[in-house]
Amino acid sequence: MSDTPLKHPAPALNPRTAVKLEGLPIIIVFFVLIGLFVGFAPTVFLHWPIYNSFLVTIPPMMILSLGLTLVIAAGEIDLSFPAVIALSGFLFAYVTRTYDAPWLGLLAAIAGGALIGVVNGFLIAVIGIPSIIITIGTSFFWSGIATVLSGGMSYTLERLAGTAINGILSGTVLGIPSEAFWALGVAVVVWFILNRHRFGEHLLFIGDSREVARVVGINTLRERIKLFTLMGALGGFAAVLLTLENLSYFPTQGQGMLLSALAAVFIGGTSVFGGTATVVGSFFGALIIGMLDAGIVATGVAGFWVEVIVGLVFVSAVVLHIGIDDPARIRQLQRRLFSKT
Amino acid sequence: MAETTSSRAYEHIVRADKLSVAFGKVRALSDIDLAIGRNEIVGLIGDNGAGKSTLIKTLTGVIPPTSGRLFIRDQPVDWANFSVRRAHDLRFETVYQEKSLGEKQPLWRNFFVGRQITNRFGFIKVREQRRIANEILQRQLGFRGVGIDADSTVAKLSGGERQGIAIGRAMHFDADLIILDEPTTALAIKEVQKVLDFVRRIKASGRAAIYIEHNLAHVHALADRLVVLDRGRIVANIRPADMSLADLTLFLIDLQKTKIGAAA
Repeated sequence: MSDTPLKHPAPALNPRTAVKLEGLPIIIVFFVLIGLFVGFAPTVFLHWPIYNSFLVTIPPMMILSLGLTLVIAAGEIDLSFPAVIALSGFLFAYVTRTYDAPWLGLLAAIAGGALIGVVNGFLIAVIGIPSIIITIGTSFFWSGIATVLSGGMSYTLERLAGTAINGILSGTVLGIPSEAFWALGVAVVVWFILNRHRFGEHLLFIGDSREVARVVGINTLRERIKLFTLMGALGGFAAVLLTLENLSYFPTQGQGMLLSALAAVFIGGTSVFGGTATVVGSFFGALIIGMLDAGIVATGVAGFWVEVIVGLVFVSAVVLHIGIDDPARIRQLQRRLFSKT
Repeated sequence: MAETTSSRAYEHIVRADKLSVAFGKVRALSDIDLAIGRNEIVGLIGDNGAGKSTLIKTLTGVIPPTSGRLFIRDQPVDWANFSVRRAHDLRFETVYQEKSLGEKQPLWRNFFVGRQITNRFGFIKVREQRRIANEILQRQLGFRGVGIDADSTVAKLSGGERQGIAIGRAMHFDADLIILDEPTTALAIKEVQKVLDFVRRIKASGRAAIYIEHNLAHVHALADRLVVLDRGRIVANIRPADMSLADLTLFLIDLQKTKIGAAA
C-alpha cells in the first residue's frame, strides 16, 4: 500500500472571499434554472431568439427593480412606479407626436417621473406619512391623470421606427438588444451608488435605523427626497424603453410590473427590513422573474401554472436567503419543530 | 480650519443661556443655564425623564430648542445653521447609549459615516477608511485577536465593544467635548472599568466631557462637578469635594420625595 502523502496544512480559506461574493445563491439559482429550461426545452433554450426576446422584455422591469433596491435599502417602499410608467410614457408619446421631438420627450418623461418622486419624497419625509400608504395614494392619482390626459387612448409611435432615438435606446449593438446595455449600465451605476457613494451609505444607515442616521449627522429628510426622486426618474426612463419597445403607448402599460419588479428585489435577497441590500441580487432576480414566464410555457407546462411556479420560486428564495443570512433562526425553528412531539 | 477654532483661547466650551425645549405642550427643558469649562468633566444626573437626553441632544444639534441661546467656545450659535454636522465640525462628539452605531453596517462605515473620506464626486475611499478603521481598532482600542476587524458588523459586538467603537470614533476625530450618555449601562464590571478609564483619559488630554450616569459612585468619583436635573430644570450644582457620596444619595432621595409629594 502506498503510504500517506506529506501532510500539508490545508490553506486557510479566506472567509471574506468565500462568503462575500455578492448574490452568490441567487446566481446559482439562475444558472440552475437555465439548466432546467435547457433540459426540458432544448429546442427553445439552445437557440438565440429566446434570449434575444428576454433581453428586450426584461430591461424596463429590471431598471425598476434596481431603483426599488435603493428604496428598500432605506427601509422604504414605492408602489407608485406603475403610475410613473403610465404618466411618463404619456409625456414621451405626447411630446414626440405633438412636437416631433422624441429627445425632448425622453427628457419630459424623466422629469415627469422625477417630479412624482419629489412629491412622494416630500410627503414621506417632511409630512411623515409612511411610504407604503402615500405611494398607494399617489399611484391612483397619477395613473388617473395619465388616463385623463391621454383620454384613455393608446398612441402609436410608428414614426419613430428607424430614428436615432429608437436605434440608441431600442436598437441592437453587435446583435444584442440595446435595452440590455442600458439596463446593465443602470445596474452598474446603482451598485456604485449603493456600495461606494456617500448617498448610498446614508440610505443604508437610514434603513438600519432612522434615529442612528440622524444622530450621526445624516440629513434624513433631504436624502429620502433624493431617493424617491431618483426612483421616479428611473421609472420615467423605464417608461420610455417600454414605449419604444412596442412603438406605441397605452395608459395601462405599467400595470403588470408592480409585483414582478418587487418580486425581483426580494428574490434577489434584499431584506425587507432595510439597512442591507444587494444590487447583484436584484439584477439576477429580475432575470429570473423575467424568464420564468416564457420559460415555463416553453417547457410545455400549461400556461396556467406559471403563477404557481413563480410563487413557489419566490417563497423558497426568500426562505433560502433568511437561512443564509441568519442560520441561527433556522436552527431555532428546527428545535421548535422537532423537540415538541 | 478646525485647528484654529480649538486653539483659540476660550473660557467655556459650551454655555447654555435660558435654554427651553417643548414637545407640543410638554416642557422637556425649562430655562437651563449651564456652562462647561474647557477641561471640565461634568456629571449629569437625574431621574428618567428629567431631561438629560433632551439637554445633550439640544447641545449637539439633534433637537432644536424652543427658546434660549447657546454659546460654543464663547461664540453665539446661530440655530438656523446648527445641526449634528455643524456640531461635528465644532468638535462635539456624542457616545449615545445604543443609538450611535448602525447595527447592520460594517465598522469601516460606522467610523466614518457623516464624515466619509471621499473623492470630489462623493465616492467613498473604502480602502483608506478600512485601513484607518483597522488601525483604530488595534492601536487605540486594543481589539487584537478577538476576531473583530473593519468588516465586522456592529450586530456581532458586545455592549462594551460597541461603546469602545463609539469612543474610538470620538478619539479619532479629536473632539474637544465628548458627551457620554450612560456609557456603562448593561456592561460587565470589567468593561465598565475600561469606559471609566477612558473618561479619565478625556480629562488628562485637556478635553471637556458631559457624563450622564445612573451609577452615582462612578460620577462622584470622576466628575469635577455634578449637575442635577429634575423635571426639566437644574436643581443643584454640586462639587463632589463638598458633598460625600452618601450625602449625595440622601439629597437625591429627598428630591424624589418632594416630587412624590408634589404629585399627590
